[in-house]
Amino acid sequence: MGRKRQTIFFENKPYISSAYSIGGKKEGDGPLRKWFDMCLNDDTFGEKTWEKAESKMLKTAMTEALRRGGRSVEEAGAMLSGDLLNQLMSSSFMARDMHIPFLGMYGACSTMTESLILGSVLVDGRYSDDVVIGASSHYCTAERQFRMPLEHGNQRPPSAQWTATAAGAMLLSSCGRGEAAEAIDDGSYIELRDVRVEAGTIGKVIDAGVKDANQMGSAMTPAAVDTLLNHMEDTGRDLDHYDLILTGDLGFIGKDIMRDLLEGAGLNKADIETRYDDCGTMIYESQQDVHSGGSGCGCSASTFAGYVYKKMRRGELDRVLIMSTGALLSTISPFQGESIPGIAHAVSLVSE
Amino acid sequence: MDYVWAFIVGGAICVVGQILMDATKLTTPRVLVILVLSGVILQALQIYQPIVDLAGTGARVPLPGFGYNLAKGAIEGVPQGLLGVITGGVKAAAGGISIAIGWGYLMALIFNPKSVR
Amino acid sequence: MDKKKQIEKKDISKAYSKYADRFTPKPKYFKNIIKAFVIGGALCAAAMWLENKFIASGNSQEDASAYVVIILIMAAQLLTGLGVFDTIAKHAGAGVIVPITGFANSMVAPALEYKKEGVVLGVGGKLFSLAGPVLVCGITSSILVGLIYLMLDKLGIG
Repeated sequence: MGRKRQTIFFENKPYISSAYSIGGKKEGDGPLRKWFDMCLNDDTFGEKTWEKAESKMLKTAMTEALRRGGRSVEEAGAMLSGDLLNQLMSSSFMARDMHIPFLGMYGACSTMTESLILGSVLVDGRYSDDVVIGASSHYCTAERQFRMPLEHGNQRPPSAQWTATAAGAMLLSSCGRGEAAEAIDDGSYIELRDVRVEAGTIGKVIDAGVKDANQMGSAMTPAAVDTLLNHMEDTGRDLDHYDLILTGDLGFIGKDIMRDLLEGAGLNKADIETRYDDCGTMIYESQQDVHSGGSGCGCSASTFAGYVYKKMRRGELDRVLIMSTGALLSTISPFQGESIPGIAHAVSLVSE
Repeated sequence: MDYVWAFIVGGAICVVGQILMDATKLTTPRVLVILVLSGVILQALQIYQPIVDLAGTGARVPLPGFGYNLAKGAIEGVPQGLLGVITGGVKAAAGGISIAIGWGYLMALIFNPKSVR
Repeated sequence: MDKKKQIEKKDISKAYSKYADRFTPKPKYFKNIIKAFVIGGALCAAAMWLENKFIASGNSQEDASAYVVIILIMAAQLLTGLGVFDTIAKHAGAGVIVPITGFANSMVAPALEYKKEGVVLGVGGKLFSLAGPVLVCGITSSILVGLIYLMLDKLGIG
C-alpha cells in the first residue's frame, strides 16, 4: 500500500445540466456582471433581515437551476448546500420550503466544491439521478457574525477581504438534459456543450499557523497548494492539462503566495502565469475598495456557476480545475488563541 | 494659544491610537480599552492633570480623558470614604455615560443599518 | 517529544508568517498618522471652541465640559444611525475613533445591527457588546485607584 489517494474518478461523469448564479449589488458593479444570471438592486432582496435575504438568494438559485434543467422539485433526489452562518441558517431555512431531501454542508468558503464532490458521488453511484447543490454568502450576515457591525467605524487593514453577497447552484444529473442552445447578443444561436464532472480531490485540513483573522488569504493558501499538488500526483497530470485553474477566495495576497509556492514546487512558471487565477481577485474591480479581494462561499459558488459554467457550455474552456478554499475558523476560536486551519477541495470539469 | 495646545495634544493622542491600530494587530475595542486604562493610570500617577491643564479639551475629549475623568472622580471621593470612592468615578462621568446609553438606544431604535455603499 | 514537536510547529508557523508578510501590503502609516493627527486635533479644537461658548454663556468649566461631551456623543451616534460615521472613520481612522465619538459609535453600531433580535435583548444587550469592555475596565480601574488613594489617606501618607 502506498500513499492513500485523495482523488475520486467518476466513472459515469455526472452532467452539470444547469447552473444559476446570483450576485449582490456590489458584485453587479464588478467585472463579472454579465456572467451572473441575476444581480440584486438591493441587498435586502425585499426581505426584513439579512439572513432571510441570503436564504432567499440561495432558494432562488436552487429553484432556477432546477427549472433550467427541466426538473421539477419532486424529481430532485437530494439537495446539498451550505453557507457561512452558525448552524447553516440560510441553507436549512431555504430547505424548509423546498421539500427535497437535504444534506447541510459546512466547509467555510470551500462549501461549493465540497457539495459538488459529494453530489457527484451520489449521482455517479446511481443513488440519485438528479442532485441539486449550492452555496451562498452575504456580506451583511457574515460580517456581523465574524467581524464587526456594519456601522462600526473602523479601518480595514489592506489584507482584509470582502465577503461576497452571492449564491450559486448547480444541477447534477446522470444524463444531460439541459438547454441545448443559447441565444447570444447578435441574435444567432450557439450550440451548447455538456459540462461533466470528471474527478474530485478531497483536501486535507492544513494549518500554517496564521492567527490574524484579517489574513485569510495567506491562511488558506497552503491548503490550496497541498490539494493541487496531490491532485496532480494522483492524476499524473501537469498544469497544462487544464485551460484554467481557479482557486476560490485567496484574494490578491493569497494568489501571489500561491504562485510563488507553486513555482517553488517546481511547476512551470509560464503555465502558472497563464492558467492560474483566483475568484476573489476576479469578482471585484480594484477601485471597489475591497482591499485584498472577495471571499465567502458565494464568491466561488457564483463564479463557478456563472463565469466558468457558461464559458464551458459555450466551448470557450475545455478542461477546468476549480478549487474552493475555506478558512475553518469559528467565531470564538480566534479569541482562544487558535490559528486558522485552511482547506481546499478540487473538482475537475470537462466540456464535451 | 489654548486652541493650538488642544489641537496638538488631541492630535497626538489620536496618533498614538492610530499607531496602535496599524502596527499591532489589536482590534478597535481593544485599542479603546487600552486608551481608557492609560488615562486612569496616568491620572492615578498624577501625570494626566498637567496635560489637561495645558490642553483642555485636547486631553479631555479623547478616550484617555474618559479614564482621567473616572479616576479623578474616584480620587476626589476619598474624603467621603469608601462610598465616595465607589460612586465618585461614575458620578464624574455620569453625563457622558447616561447620554451615550439613552440617546444611543433611541438612535438604534430609529435607524436601520445600511448595506454596502 | 511532544514539546519538541510543538516548538517545531511554532517555528514553521513563524517562518510562514514572515514569508506571507512579504506579499502583504503595509498600511499607509504616514498618511494615516497625518490624517489622524489633523482630524483628531481639529475635533479637539472645535470642542474647545464649543466649551468656551458654554463658559461665556455663564456655565461653570465643569458643566461646560459635560455639555461638550454630551453634544459630541449625540452627534456621533446620530451620524452612526444615518450610516455616515463608518465612512468618515474609514478615512479619518483614529482621528474620530480615539475621541469620545468612537466610544459613542461603538455603542450604537452593534445595537443597530441586532434590532431584528428584539428591543430588549437585541438592541438593549448589544448596546454594550463593544462598549462594555471599555466601561468595565474604566470603572473597575478607577475604583481600584480610588481604593489605593483611600488606603494611603488612612495610613496618613497621601
